[in-house]
Amino acid sequence: MSDVVISSRIRLARNVKGFPFLAKAGDTERKEIFRTLTDRIGETEIAKDSVIIDFEELSPLDRELLVERHLISRQHAEGEGSRGAVISFREDRSLMINEEDHLRIQVLASGLQLDALWKEINRIDDLVEAGIEYAFDPRFGYLTACPTNVGTGIRVSVMLHLPAMKLTQEIERVLRAARDMRLAVRGLYGEGTEAIGDFFQVSNQTTLGKSEEEIVREFAEDIIPQIVDYELRARETLAVERAYQLDDKVWRAVGILGNARSMSAEESLFLLSHVRMGVHMGRYKAVDMGLVNELFLQTQPAHLQKLHGSALDGESRSIVRAEYFRRRLGGNN
Amino acid sequence: MGILCQHCHQVPATVHLTDVLPGGEKRERHLCEGCAQNEGLLLKPQEGITSILEKFVKHGASVQQTAKLQCPECGISWREFRSQGVLGCPHDYEVFAEHLVPLIERAHEGASTHVGKVPASSGVSAKRQARLVQLRRELAHAVEREDYERAAQLRDEIKAVEDGPN
Repeated sequence: MSDVVISSRIRLARNVKGFPFLAKAGDTERKEIFRTLTDRIGETEIAKDSVIIDFEELSPLDRELLVERHLISRQHAEGEGSRGAVISFREDRSLMINEEDHLRIQVLASGLQLDALWKEINRIDDLVEAGIEYAFDPRFGYLTACPTNVGTGIRVSVMLHLPAMKLTQEIERVLRAARDMRLAVRGLYGEGTEAIGDFFQVSNQTTLGKSEEEIVREFAEDIIPQIVDYELRARETLAVERAYQLDDKVWRAVGILGNARSMSAEESLFLLSHVRMGVHMGRYKAVDMGLVNELFLQTQPAHLQKLHGSALDGESRSIVRAEYFRRRLGGNN
Repeated sequence: MGILCQHCHQVPATVHLTDVLPGGEKRERHLCEGCAQNEGLLLKPQEGITSILEKFVKHGASVQQTAKLQCPECGISWREFRSQGVLGCPHDYEVFAEHLVPLIERAHEGASTHVGKVPASSGVSAKRQARLVQLRRELAHAVEREDYERAAQLRDEIKAVEDGPN
């Protein structure tokens, strides 16, 4: 299952009672919300293994780094005014403050672990709520800035790698079915991003009228196992009926990654997707999944610049990225 | 690289259309995104759903009345909400309820009532009510699925919640 499911994530949207939502909050109120929430979180055990980050004191590059690690949204990184995040040292939990809502709690795990994540986020939510009052209405549930999140405020997201269905051209049909079921299908970095390199993030859109447990159960027991099953069957079909074509994709990707002199982030995701598929299907054994995952992360724009030690424009990044791949994959090429 | 745009001949075509002409003859056209937008075939990316809705909202007198609705607490107007997509304060849910409910129902598969977690601060009885609503829904689903083992479990849980201390 974890071959196909890369990671799971759950987030809860919450707002503090007695404050306007952020669209109508002035500077003073934003600061007050930020202070109220960081003070409250600071009193709980959450603070013991986390760092509280004030984004006004963090460089844009460092904020982008957090986006690439899926700890904050791009919207939050690029936002304005008093805002920040409380991030666990293990990078499996992040509480975004003053994003679209006052508080967005999110927990992450590799593979499909939605039940465990729900238990954990429910516990974290209780901890915060024990010393603060959330905006809540008996009819509408947890009140959120955007009515599309009202009710439970929950968003369950699962990141999937579906290269075989792309090759067998079944992907559109499956994604259409997912959309018909009121699921959102997005790219690697969530809202507003395109699916590049066969990575798809599937998440619920309905947050009202179903309990958190129901939504989680639908994902864990129904939706995701079905998609995974389709992908595994497509992989089987490819291995049996079109092995040469499959190997060609994998080895071409290996060849280009190990030899190119300039490579865009987009192209690298596309190629790494094929390498990842080759490793999982046992058709390419020279590298392990740990290295593939590391290459994914380290060749993202902000990580690459951190690694290089200075800011780089797009063209220089492509050159540095290609050098990095050659060094890690190509030996002496 | 694919075919160049038939209109500007500069950029690869990404929009492919098959027009059916009167008489049943088909005509293929290949355009780039920019030219397709200029022809009004594609929405401009910056033109989000809210701005399209906003255009509709601008028409009609009764809609004008609605647009003027305003929250006394945060000052947001209905029109402002429709153009930006986010509300100004929790009180808006009450002030705009009548107009908001149809939108909420559309966004949430017809639902407009919360089921699920309730904050501890909202009182034990509210919490218990919500829990009962949820358990009864699950019970209905279990019966529908003919999962009688789960149904029996849920009946016990419902009884326990009903009989529990206040």
